[in-house]
Amino acid sequence: MDWGAIFSNAAVELISPTTAAYALAALGLAVHFGYTGLLNFGQAGFMALGAYGYAISILTFGFPVWGAFLVGVGASVVFALILGIPTLRLRADYLAIVTIAAAEIVRLLFTTNTFASVTGSANGLSGYKNEFAALNPLAEGSYGFGPFENNAYDTWLRIVAWSIVILAALLVWQVMRSPWGRVIKGIREDEDAVRALGKNVYAYKMQSLVFGGVLGTIAGMIFALPRAVVPSNYQTTLTFFIYAILLLGGAATVLGPIIGSMIFWVLLSFFSGFVARAVEAGWLPFMTAIQGGQLRFILVGVAIMLIVIFRPQGIFGNKKELAFVR
Amino acid sequence: MSANAVPQGSTAPLEPPVPSQKPIKTTGLHIGEAEPGCAKVDPILVVDNVRRTFGGLTAVDVEHVEVPRGAITALIGPNGAGKTTLFNLLTGFDKPDDGKWTFDGRSLAGVPAYRVARMGQIRTFQLTKALGLLTVMDNMLLGAKGQTGENMFRALLPFLWRNQEEENRAKALDLLTRFKLDTKKDDYAASLSGGQRKLLEMARALMSDPTLVMLDEPMAGVNPALTQSLLDHILNLKSQGMTVLFVEHDMHMVRHIADWVIVMAEGKVVAEGDPHEVMKNPAVIDAYLGQHHDEDIGEDLGAEAENVVAMKELLDDER
Repeated sequence: MDWGAIFSNAAVELISPTTAAYALAALGLAVHFGYTGLLNFGQAGFMALGAYGYAISILTFGFPVWGAFLVGVGASVVFALILGIPTLRLRADYLAIVTIAAAEIVRLLFTTNTFASVTGSANGLSGYKNEFAALNPLAEGSYGFGPFENNAYDTWLRIVAWSIVILAALLVWQVMRSPWGRVIKGIREDEDAVRALGKNVYAYKMQSLVFGGVLGTIAGMIFALPRAVVPSNYQTTLTFFIYAILLLGGAATVLGPIIGSMIFWVLLSFFSGFVARAVEAGWLPFMTAIQGGQLRFILVGVAIMLIVIFRPQGIFGNKKELAFVR
Repeated sequence: MSANAVPQGSTAPLEPPVPSQKPIKTTGLHIGEAEPGCAKVDPILVVDNVRRTFGGLTAVDVEHVEVPRGAITALIGPNGAGKTTLFNLLTGFDKPDDGKWTFDGRSLAGVPAYRVARMGQIRTFQLTKALGLLTVMDNMLLGAKGQTGENMFRALLPFLWRNQEEENRAKALDLLTRFKLDTKKDDYAASLSGGQRKLLEMARALMSDPTLVMLDEPMAGVNPALTQSLLDHILNLKSQGMTVLFVEHDMHMVRHIADWVIVMAEGKVVAEGDPHEVMKNPAVIDAYLGQHHDEDIGEDLGAEAENVVAMKELLDDER
């Protein structure tokens, strides 16, 4: 059993761009769900818009990186408005239904053969990385140490991804400690009370939906950069993984989604490496390698259940908040 | 929990709660006879033909009513009279089938609730809406009007709103001290007792310096010790120049602090007048006891009995 390889593979995930993408998407969801109380089950849709908006802008229209970035962000603002205008006046659960359906519509639109020339249909898109790589100021070579050693492109990607995560975290932290954040948290507790105090609740909920959605969209771009854009990556399970990360870290916290994402990916990678090698070594005679690949999700599920049972407020959540049943 | 911290003072709970000082009643509010819909010398809220139906049920059908400025007006009536529905309509939380109403001369028909509140007509709720997972201080700060930092982009630049925030904080602390909640300012509002939440809700409403305060059953579920302080606070609102309109079931309270009483039954205003006079009005007795109170009342004995007790209290008080 090569424990060194298992641990070093797990450590890689600690700062991988995918971890950063999930952290950012979970941060967006923290704005929606943790702070505002909006049940957005369509974060995968926002991420898909970011990934496709970026890739299509570059591949089909030849936009520069910043142009492609703005297209993705613009698409998600429009998406948030379309979702929010009819549903934010209604009860919270309607938003949940609409977002989960809308995210699926987005994914299926990108999958359908009708737009294959632009979206690449089920095969997705690739070959949009050169523009981003061209911005890399780092010289060729290898950077970092041990499991965190990467080539110039991967290092550049990690630096950009985590810088964005840190910036976004500071942004969320700042707005949530401002009077704006106070109104937002008030809406989570009781929107009628906030309305009775003269706040335009609808406008605040819309701002929150757009803000968290844009974070999800940028996460989608980061998620797309180390791999190809494939529609099957943006299924509802993606949203639920992000919810798992959010609850793991603490819903109404800034650090929670980030640390939650690191724990989630390190655990996933650890279990995956461990199970694969355990099957190989014949420790689990009742299991094939394919079954082993699925077992990691079961183990992650168990780990998350344990955390939710023994630390229901999440890692960074405030225990006091749970003392009061709402 | 801190519910135990509610002062269980020396006042015997059997005594009807009275304000600590004798309230000064405002008189001469109306023009002409004190009849339903009578004109007021200086009305702040004028309601015309406001009607709200839920399917076949007409919950509110108010032809005309005026609320006098600078006075404490009580809105009373038996259960299901449409008092809270009228409250919701007047504050923009519900839309009437038709009708119009003005506040301070400005029409409020179709104006959303948050704008109504910004105009200075602030309400509280029958079921207290303390924002549980916000601290008491944050609850208070949320009540302040025109905050620069409540704009999403300006929120990013603390130097734009820090001074205003400090002013609001000082004002909130002052109000909390008056309402004896200052020691709880850093606790979650969810940790307050029911009565303290009522106090908090009222204090929070005052953060915006309203001109008309609408209190929906401010005494419901409040223990007698706190009732007294609540009564004092409501009287204080008047002495500070605010107008108060409140819904209440507790007749003692109505008698002690109200300057004017509007009685609703089955969605309509059936009587108006001075609190002592209006209780003798046959329409009010009918409303509370049912129009057939001299006949055999077979059904709904519970509700009837409740109203009879309320009426008896009134008549006892009168002697």
